[in-house]
Amino acid sequence: MDTLITGHVWVVGDSVTTDAMYPAFAMKLPVPEAARHIFYELRPGWTDQVQAGDIVVAGRNFGLGSSRPVAALFLELGIAALIAEEFNSLFLRNCINHGLPALTVPGATKAFTDGDTARLDFAEGWAENTRSGTRLDGGALPPLVLDILANGGILPKLAREGYVPAPAAARGH
Amino acid sequence: MGMTMMEKILARKAGVEKVSAGDTVVCDVDMTVMIDLQFATSWVQPLKINDPDKVAVIMDHAVPAPNVHDAIGGTHARAFARDFHIEKFYDVGRHGICHQVIAENGLARPGEILACTDSHTCAGGAYNTAARGLGPAEVYSILCTGKTWFQAAPTIRYEFTGTKPDAVSGKDIFLYIGGTYGDATNHNLEYGGPGLASIPMNDRRTIATQGAEISADFSTFPIDDLARDFLAAHGAAPDSYTAADPDPDATYAAVRTVDLSSLEPYVARPGTVSHNSLPISAIEKRPVNQCFIGSCANGQLEDLKIAADIVRGRKVAPGVRLLITPASQEVYKDAMRAGYLQDLADAGAVVTNSTCGACFGYHMGLLAPGEVCLTSSTRNFTGRMGSPDAEIYMASPATVAASALAGHVTDPRGELS
Repeated sequence: MDTLITGHVWVVGDSVTTDAMYPAFAMKLPVPEAARHIFYELRPGWTDQVQAGDIVVAGRNFGLGSSRPVAALFLELGIAALIAEEFNSLFLRNCINHGLPALTVPGATKAFTDGDTARLDFAEGWAENTRSGTRLDGGALPPLVLDILANGGILPKLAREGYVPAPAAARGH
Repeated sequence: MGMTMMEKILARKAGVEKVSAGDTVVCDVDMTVMIDLQFATSWVQPLKINDPDKVAVIMDHAVPAPNVHDAIGGTHARAFARDFHIEKFYDVGRHGICHQVIAENGLARPGEILACTDSHTCAGGAYNTAARGLGPAEVYSILCTGKTWFQAAPTIRYEFTGTKPDAVSGKDIFLYIGGTYGDATNHNLEYGGPGLASIPMNDRRTIATQGAEISADFSTFPIDDLARDFLAAHGAAPDSYTAADPDPDATYAAVRTVDLSSLEPYVARPGTVSHNSLPISAIEKRPVNQCFIGSCANGQLEDLKIAADIVRGRKVAPGVRLLITPASQEVYKDAMRAGYLQDLADAGAVVTNSTCGACFGYHMGLLAPGEVCLTSSTRNFTGRMGSPDAEIYMASPATVAASALAGHVTDPRGELS
């Protein structure tokens, strides 16, 4: 599995909640429409600016809140990876299980500003700002987690193991 | 060195001798609870599941269905329960907020692991269960394989001393903890100490439930006589489980003592509880438009009794809406028999069907821009209960009920004495 990702970054702050990313009213909508409401109050219009391959950089306690599958919305927008100084563990698990790489990197919000390019390796556990040359060490993901990511998330893995129909697994994203 | 409560449960369920903070283990899951939302969004029926006896299906977030989207989810849930012979199926009529239904039916058992697609699943920690909210994809995986992985987090222990005053509830204890110590991100919470005996089971569940608000992984309580009696009354006989007590030499990230006798009612200001809760004596008399008593944290029978005792024979202040949502159909029926619902309705409250309701901000009790709500529910995030331009203060059922009468945030102690 290629664990190296490069993309333009968007920087958000501390304690961004799942309600700010997947508001209750969006839960009535199909995923493609729900994805238009990520950061609806925090950064109105952001989903029109973001491009496939971009990376979101966040501060501490990223994803505080619910178990609603926010990762599915990020994937819908084409977000390639998340970096945070600290993740809420439920949120982090949700990302991994949807096949969205998420790397803990202390100091990330100070090292990046909107529009910078980040290179990161989620197996080795580092992120680099290609503009400034700053390289930060983070927590490498454990092998068990890398295996889930290598499978493209948990549903494709279940499909390969015969627990769910294969086309349905793809739809789960 | 010894193990904490959580490390003991994880070690037992992973089949290893020792688990320490930082270890990653694969564990057997004893009970998987699925809720209506999971069936409404991207549901695919599995080809096979691990064990139908270890699965419960509970209709809670949006029942009865408020729209076609959720109605279709209901048909998926019913088909799944039928096709896989799920006996623990709590359809509309037997329904309720899953954490309440879990408690009523003894599904969260001491020393075991429970997984559910709701972030407040840590509620089950009140019964010494390693109960954990997980995303729908992961719950789906556990449904199929019976297992999942955990990375053991460091544990913060809260040692209760003194005796809880009658006018202080589990909500107040939690808001004190969150307001004083802030977030516990990627930490487990463990509660205990000599003061625990003065905290009744409903308040323990409130405290365990709210662990999610300070971003904790698990929050667990030990089993004592009070807990054993509660569990026995709800289908879990003492000889049917092995509780997990922490070792005397367990390693903690921090041990913090809380003198219960020194506490007063607390209120969280809008946004978060973390470093944002204050004693009621330090909160301004903010006028309120809506007061809500409900949710998995505070829609229990004891909460409705407190509210009924405060409003009995009185009237909700003009311009204030008081919403009451029993946490389950069982709570609804018990509160009706006890006359609490009559007292509340006579005072001007609206009593709703049991559901996550206004706490979830999805299908009832939403707030308009500029409105102020005082809630006893679980979460005071911006935008949680409707408009992001509304303010959500959070407090105990007693504080909410007293404030509904006063028309502004007020100290309930005068009403309780």
